[in-house]
Amino acid sequence: MTQQHRATGAFGVKGTGDTSGFGGLVRKIAHPGSTERPYGGYFDEVADELERSYPEFGEDIERVIIDRGELTLHVKAARLVYVAQVLRDNPGLRFEICLGVNGAHYPDDKGRELHCVYPLLSMTFNRRIRLEVSVPDAHPHLPSLVELWAGNNWHERETFDMFGIIFDGHPGLTRILMPDDWIGHPQRKDYPLGGIPVEYKGATIPPPSERRSYR
Amino acid sequence: MTTHDPYASSRETTEGRVYSVTGNDWDSLVIEIGATKEERIVVNMGPQHPSTHGVLRLILELEGETVTEARAGIGYLHTGIEKNAEYRTWTQGVTFVTRMDYLAPIFNETAYCLGVEKLLGVTNEIPERATVIRVMMMEFNRISSHMVALGTGALELGALSPMIFAFREREKVLDIFEMISGLRMNMAYVRPGGVSQDLPEGGIAKIRETIKELRHNFKDNAKLLIGNTIWMKRTQGVGYLDLAGCTTLGITGPILRATGMPWDLRKSEPYCGYENYDFDVITDDGCDTYGRFLIKMDELEQSLRIIEQACDKLDKLDGAPVVIADKNIGSPADLRVGADGLGNSEEHIAHIMGQSMEALIHHFKISTEGFRVPAGQVYSTVESPRGEIGAHLISDGGTHPYRVHFRDPSFNNLQSLAAMCEGSMIADVVAAVASIDPVMGGVDR
Amino acid sequence: MGLEEQLPAGFALTTIEDLAGYMRKSSLWPATFGLACCAIEMMAAGAGRYDLARFGMEVFRASPRQADLMIVAGRVSQKMAPVVRQIYDQMPDPKWVIAMGACASSGGMFNNYAIVQGVDHVVPVDIYLPGCPPRPEMLIDAILKLHEQISNTKLGVNREAIIREVEATALASKPTFQIQGLLKS
Repeated sequence: MTQQHRATGAFGVKGTGDTSGFGGLVRKIAHPGSTERPYGGYFDEVADELERSYPEFGEDIERVIIDRGELTLHVKAARLVYVAQVLRDNPGLRFEICLGVNGAHYPDDKGRELHCVYPLLSMTFNRRIRLEVSVPDAHPHLPSLVELWAGNNWHERETFDMFGIIFDGHPGLTRILMPDDWIGHPQRKDYPLGGIPVEYKGATIPPPSERRSYR
Repeated sequence: MTTHDPYASSRETTEGRVYSVTGNDWDSLVIEIGATKEERIVVNMGPQHPSTHGVLRLILELEGETVTEARAGIGYLHTGIEKNAEYRTWTQGVTFVTRMDYLAPIFNETAYCLGVEKLLGVTNEIPERATVIRVMMMEFNRISSHMVALGTGALELGALSPMIFAFREREKVLDIFEMISGLRMNMAYVRPGGVSQDLPEGGIAKIRETIKELRHNFKDNAKLLIGNTIWMKRTQGVGYLDLAGCTTLGITGPILRATGMPWDLRKSEPYCGYENYDFDVITDDGCDTYGRFLIKMDELEQSLRIIEQACDKLDKLDGAPVVIADKNIGSPADLRVGADGLGNSEEHIAHIMGQSMEALIHHFKISTEGFRVPAGQVYSTVESPRGEIGAHLISDGGTHPYRVHFRDPSFNNLQSLAAMCEGSMIADVVAAVASIDPVMGGVDR
Repeated sequence: MGLEEQLPAGFALTTIEDLAGYMRKSSLWPATFGLACCAIEMMAAGAGRYDLARFGMEVFRASPRQADLMIVAGRVSQKMAPVVRQIYDQMPDPKWVIAMGACASSGGMFNNYAIVQGVDHVVPVDIYLPGCPPRPEMLIDAILKLHEQISNTKLGVNREAIIREVEATALASKPTFQIQGLLKS
């Protein structure tokens, strides 16, 4: 159940005439996996309260990960609004503040390439958790949470701009950081960094994405 | 309206009828528009405009002098810092991240470094002296950022002297930064594992002297503005945003504390040892621009208190290390400017070249490859002068970050513009934006 | 009718050049064009300690139509580039541009999709000022160098001659990355 990726090559670029052999290195990356109960700290209270108020909790939450002192709930994309509403409105949970939307692109995670992370903060109980949803590249649609937390408006626009995730129900999903007619979604892994080689006296240095560097 | 005037014409566009006016024909324009019963005027302020705090574009729909709709256009400073950091090592990421919210660089760096250290699992191994220096630099940065906010805010409302006073105090703080880190702004001083170098000789004495001067001079601005009728008339009741508005918009910082909610991450989720410092959380009940201004003025004094306590702690920790003991992560922080004007550490070079093979290997690995951070994701937050700044870091186990995302406070705070300005006068828009204190580098990243 | 339309020739031209240069440099009015971190150092240069008022420059004009110097202070993003050009076009002649900071001069540390690699892709630049951000004293030094440049500007026929000469030298010189030998040459 853990997310597995493979990283090939010790250096960032291919085809550089490298004879060390390290260019052929294959490294398995294991992201932290599901955690079993008891979670420790206030995470147990949060999980108990969720189960109590929300009978389908077991089916809609795909995974619970406790890593480095933080709780991540992987939620099914279709049930995101419902889970978020329970987290916000339930008197035992009261996560009033959503600290934004972050996207991440995992091209190796077939079928679940685009992840969206929502950190939540409860001022009432002084707790923090994180919601994570995954959508495939082929159909990158997620329900919008602007109705629940109005501050997510610009965050969702930014995630659309940078990753191409389309938030259904957003009042005005347009590009926010790039010019309006820009093509492509810059922070995806298949979008190049876009630097140019720099001229110095006697040499040109390639941009950082094309230099040999340890990965 | 039958004479054809080539300069005062109207034409149909996809947005409706657009009128061009060049002067002396305003009344003919009003008559023409009056005939169509449409009275909306859209005014575009910026992106180049003195009152918009950087490259912010304000699109205001006006009915007379009242703003009926206010929208903010951002993205004019988008730098792609987050993507660029994916091609650099974790330590080099500090230099990128420090330029996001450029008025509070130490806060960006600290949020990032706390995140990296959490991912590495070494939060408890950071030496205490490094933590205390981080706290001291953060509080100095809070003072310098508030000085810019107060100065430019006052300048936009027409008060010119507070700007000069504020920048005068800010210069003293920048002198301290230069003494400690070598640079006035964008220092890249806080690094994963500690700080980049220790305080110089006589540093604490200079800091104590500066604190005295600052405390004496903060009264200048206070005397000019607090209780000043013009200032109060322009800022009281302006930019109103209550607690419900703040929570749904995800707003933190002085705007939230102006609603009366005493939410400060330094007290509620202490990091860097803030639980050991004695200071107050300043709140105000007004929910308006005047309240936010008073909060900023009072936070200056609280920052000075914290810095004094930090100086006392530093006196006791004299000679302690400022970088983590684990050589795999921390580079030795003892550079000195040599006779040739270059920075080098003679002891370190002698050590790695002559005395220890392991040290040479560590130096080589850290300089070329950087350290590897185990896979996972973390969200670390810090209370910056504008609110909660959060670093969401995702690692894939390598030397380069997989994804660096910053939840910048100004990004959320600026969304409150519509809530604050719609229904008020144009001049109040300027006051409201000044009280939000957005830093476009953080908004656009 | 500007000065350039009414120029005499010969030694009178040299006198006019000196006079015009002196007048123009003595009260250069900058347009507020602070973009990012360098803008804060520009404000500090205009504030009390590093006073720009002693050069007649503390009035940062909000309207580009009243300004003759554009200090591009900060990184120019793709979205901002057309705005830079529009502001430059709105400024009346004679106008000068200082690219302040590494990002305005060459894209700086941000060699990526979002930043224009040097504002000279968009507007012609007179002085490039490196630094990240440059200290206020460095900005004042750049301004003083610009003052020297302005007071030595040639007008009329002399100007055309100089332009031809400079262009010929530039076309005949080697590109930077082919320069061999000592780095300083």
